[in-house]
Amino acid sequence: MFLIELFRGMGITLRHFFEKTITIQYPEQRRPLYDRTRWRHILRRHENGLERCIGCSLCAGSCPVHCIRVVAAENTDADRHSPGERYAKIYEINMLRCIFCGYCQDACPTGAIVLRKDFELARDHRSKFLYTKDLLLEPKPAHIPAPQPVEMAASMHG
Amino acid sequence: MNVTLDQLVGHGIILTSVEDVLQWGRKSAIWPMIFGLACCAIEMMGMVAPRFDVARFGAEVFRGTPRQSDLIIIAGRLSVKMAPVLRRLYEQMPEPKWVLAMGACASCGGVFNNYAIVQGADKVVPVDIYVPGCPPSPDAVIFGLMELQKKIQAQRPLSQPVA
Repeated sequence: MFLIELFRGMGITLRHFFEKTITIQYPEQRRPLYDRTRWRHILRRHENGLERCIGCSLCAGSCPVHCIRVVAAENTDADRHSPGERYAKIYEINMLRCIFCGYCQDACPTGAIVLRKDFELARDHRSKFLYTKDLLLEPKPAHIPAPQPVEMAASMHG
Repeated sequence: MNVTLDQLVGHGIILTSVEDVLQWGRKSAIWPMIFGLACCAIEMMGMVAPRFDVARFGAEVFRGTPRQSDLIIIAGRLSVKMAPVLRRLYEQMPEPKWVLAMGACASCGGVFNNYAIVQGADKVVPVDIYVPGCPPSPDAVIFGLMELQKKIQAQRPLSQPVA
């Protein structure tokens, strides 16, 4: 009686032994992340290379841990950063305090700040977690389309 | 060849190789302590489970006592009441020892910016690696562990004292 139970139990162990392994060999092999995974922030640009961020500080206001600091400045025609009146002169995120809730992404009226999939953020010193604007900002697109002459609409011709 | 052993040691030829092997041994068997303080501990358990399997890095042997552990993963918010306990546990760990602050709360207080929570475990113990996230996913913690391994490999305990 005892032996039958023992073999039955060992049979279950043996069955699991031949199952497919589910380990993800992490550094070489990544697990698929969902499209809306929220990790490291990125400040996006428009197609013409201008920054999307208009320095409205809504992200800083919606942040539950107050880890975003935005200082806005006026755009001029000579020094233009964003299409609006103002742009973010200083944009800083304390990545250590951030809880990656995505409220900044929801609050942003221009879709400037987005959370992407880069989760490898561990560092060895606190000072390395202050992400400034040049770290967050997307690089300029390689090919910036030149401004095209716009045809007047047919109805405007009279 | 009239080069003496002292000169070789002085130039670091022998010590460097010995230290490399020594630190390789240390980084390949980091035994963490069971020290889960809050929800990050769930992800820490997930890190040990077969899907992420931290045994591939030699860090699966969670010890119940600080006297057998090399690494303390502060997984969760550190309350003011828990701070002296953490300090005592840290002091009981034998050298060499490392600290990994896991998550926003352990690293800097996170959402809990109030009177009850220590604003960063580095106010109590020296932290080697900070892992941001709330909570960091198991692969993010494994990345932190890999950073710690890099840091351990770069340490030179024989030629200079451990910082």
